[in-house]
Amino acid sequence: MAFTLTINGETRSVEVEGDTPLLWVLRDTLGLVGTKFGCGAAQCGACTVHIDGAPVRACITPVRRVGDKKVVTIEGVGKDPVGAKVQDAWKTIDVPQCGYCQAGQIMSATALLTANPKPDDAAIDEAMNGNLCRCATYIRIKAAIKAASGQGA
Amino acid sequence: MDGEMLRDPTRRLFLQTGAALGGGLMMSFSLSSVGHAAGEGTLNAYVRIAPDGGVTIVSKVPEVGQGIKTSLPMLIAEELDVEWSAVTVEQAIADTKVFGRQVAGGSMATTLEYDGLRRVGATGRALLIAAAAARWGVPAETCATEPGFVVHGPSKRRLAYGELAQAASALTPPDPKSLTLKDPKAFRIIGQPHRSGDLDAIVTGQPVYGIDVRVPGMLYATFAKAPTFGARVASVDLAPAKAVAGVKSAFVVEGGTALTGLLPGVAVVADSWWAARKGRNALEIQWADHPTKAQSSAGFAARAAELSKAAPHRTLRSDGDVDAAFKGAAKVVSAAYDYPFIAHANLEPQNCTASFKDGKVEIWAPTQNPEPGRKLVAAALGVAETDITIHLVRVGGGFGRRLMNDYMVEAAMISKLAGAPVKLVWTREDDTQHDFYRPGGWHNFTAGLDAKGDLVGWRDHFVTFGEGEQFATAAGMNATQFPCRAVDNYRLDVSVMPLGAPTGFLRAPANNAFGFVIQCFTDELAVASGQDPVAFRRKLLGEPRLLGDPGQGDSFHTGRMRGVLDLVAEKSGWGRKTSKGTGLGVACHYSHLGYVAVVMEVSVSKGALKIHKVWAAADVGSQIVNPSGAEQQVQGSILDAIGATLHQAITFENGAAVQSSFADHPLLRMTEAPPVEVHFKLSDNRPTGLGEPAYPPAPAALCNAIFAATGKRIRSLPIGDQLA
Ligand code: FES
Ligand code: FES
Repeated sequence: MAFTLTINGETRSVEVEGDTPLLWVLRDTLGLVGTKFGCGAAQCGACTVHIDGAPVRACITPVRRVGDKKVVTIEGVGKDPVGAKVQDAWKTIDVPQCGYCQAGQIMSATALLTANPKPDDAAIDEAMNGNLCRCATYIRIKAAIKAASGQGA
Repeated sequence: MDGEMLRDPTRRLFLQTGAALGGGLMMSFSLSSVGHAAGEGTLNAYVRIAPDGGVTIVSKVPEVGQGIKTSLPMLIAEELDVEWSAVTVEQAIADTKVFGRQVAGGSMATTLEYDGLRRVGATGRALLIAAAAARWGVPAETCATEPGFVVHGPSKRRLAYGELAQAASALTPPDPKSLTLKDPKAFRIIGQPHRSGDLDAIVTGQPVYGIDVRVPGMLYATFAKAPTFGARVASVDLAPAKAVAGVKSAFVVEGGTALTGLLPGVAVVADSWWAARKGRNALEIQWADHPTKAQSSAGFAARAAELSKAAPHRTLRSDGDVDAAFKGAAKVVSAAYDYPFIAHANLEPQNCTASFKDGKVEIWAPTQNPEPGRKLVAAALGVAETDITIHLVRVGGGFGRRLMNDYMVEAAMISKLAGAPVKLVWTREDDTQHDFYRPGGWHNFTAGLDAKGDLVGWRDHFVTFGEGEQFATAAGMNATQFPCRAVDNYRLDVSVMPLGAPTGFLRAPANNAFGFVIQCFTDELAVASGQDPVAFRRKLLGEPRLLGDPGQGDSFHTGRMRGVLDLVAEKSGWGRKTSKGTGLGVACHYSHLGYVAVVMEVSVSKGALKIHKVWAAADVGSQIVNPSGAEQQVQGSILDAIGATLHQAITFENGAAVQSSFADHPLLRMTEAPPVEVHFKLSDNRPTGLGEPAYPPAPAALCNAIFAATGKRIRSLPIGDQLA
């Protein structure tokens, strides 16, 4: 089936089965491999993208459900001022170890800070607890979110 | 090296290779096959300098998140004397003839390369000086360098490296051993925090990982293997898979019987991974019976209980006379400990891209250890090792899983049979159910204390997996774990039972479990003797001295351990009063040439555990190469250990792993991650690796803190709901 998607501000047409998760449309059909596969079952958050600004697990989102909503991925989130600030904080604090989870972490953090510019620890925990990091970079993730929100490290 | 490595033949091979080649072959001037920019001067296999002064430094070891792609090039850049900002790091291709050991494992890279790679940089610098001296017609001895420049003091002339590199590359390099390395006090790069060169790409989602590789004409593959490890395909109907839109082919891969090699299974190849996965789900596979189908965790536990009561199969070490010591002791303490199998659970599932064409294979592999993979591929596909090219790509978490190369040989074989380049990606379920698991084990301790509360005898009857004298991979124990050689009467006995599941090295192999059992039982002895746990350990360590022979990986310096123990006690405020339900626990353990002590503060309220804070002190020698990465490795190791201790167990039924995802083999979450304060104690010893040694003391520090808070001893992992 043909679908027309809005991804990172661009219109992209794809010809895929309607049940294909957005994750695989992004990665395999469109070559946007920044969004990561970790579990395929909404357990890890590695595949987090924004759909109309809300953090969504792309691995369980069939492409036919996306419709004309705006999709933002890690490749495009830097165009958003909050996203850019989060990416900068991630670099300043030197968050990643292997880095594999970090696209999803950055997408969740950006959605959090967009909705809540000065989150406290409890709000950070709540927004980020679904994003697993096998390397356990949680201490620096938290520090980076605080830094990006101007709350010091 | 630790005793576990000593006993495992493959592991020993890596280490011998590394030691033999360190500094020798790595100075080879043959080139890797990566592209070179026009006008670059190639100073050696690791260093190229462009006319504009841009420096490319090749990193030889796979990057798995341990930060080696930053820290090893830092060693070269320091002695080459360049600005770090001018450096671009390039990942080496797998080629031992040029680079020697290329293994991310055993925390050995820093240990083995610290001197040799500095000499690589120093050799480059000497060539640049020689080129400048020749151009100026002055003696080389009158020239010096400033970052990126050769300078001639007397005449105040300067030449940029970029202007000299071409000429320098034509000169004969000096003997690296003849060069004087920098005084560490003059270091500008080593010892300063540096970020990864991949950082920009990671935070903007650029392709850097194995799973991101795309090559022209590439198809996507899934591979279904038997839940019972190694079972063959009895029958399969491929038609439903082939009927799925996008599926190009589906076929049986014969495979062999070795659990470390290519196993039997069914491949589905499609134009997208989702189609390959749908096709695989449509398969109806009947698996043949397999002798290990009867094995189960319940069976292992029952057999371990029998073996624990029976006379041990053999004695690995016996010092003095433990039985006599126990008879004469004022107090005898016994306790039994056990820990489960666990999976590596890398966040990036196992994957590999391979292209077989005209008898040659090109591979892009997220591997920690490419060379054994090359051998597997050569044997399985019947190609020459020299016809296999292996590109090393960033790895989304190693932890020892990717020392194995099963995914590599699978991808290569599927590419050959499909007649196209393929990217094989495992599902999370494949990944959890086909790991090389950290083996479970059982320890039956007895110790004797004299009237003063001093340890007079220590015995461990270790029940593990193996056959005859052979341990299953990563299931052995080195006989010299502390308190061996610190107590006069010591015995380590072992009994083994057979295992038909794949096991392997997981972060701080074997030590990740020994730290738990030994340091928890030590805590029990402190309590039984009425002494403070830190004071008891101090006394046990005694005077600063080396136990064992100098230069041996299993020799243990009591003073270095005492140093980190004292430091962590000081930083954590050990001995302070804590409120009811709150407690501090301590543990210290030596592995991978590193000494680490950990204190945790926890509270338990209505069965709910909260870890308030962790303090760690580590002695890994005279120099921390990259403080930012070093702190991350210690924090990551400790949090990794906490996650495993709290939650993780793989169990077996009908010969297969029961767990299949993060839902039933959970990783630590942000809400469970305490702050971890890290301190380094610099000592006059060579710098050693840090990817692993902070792990082993952490589980014991946690369980000892739980005891301090609640009076409940955790003797079986995971903690799970034991506090409820
Ligand atoms: S891949 Fe989507 S949540 Fe794990
Ligand atoms: S940095 Fe490795 S999984 Fe998060």
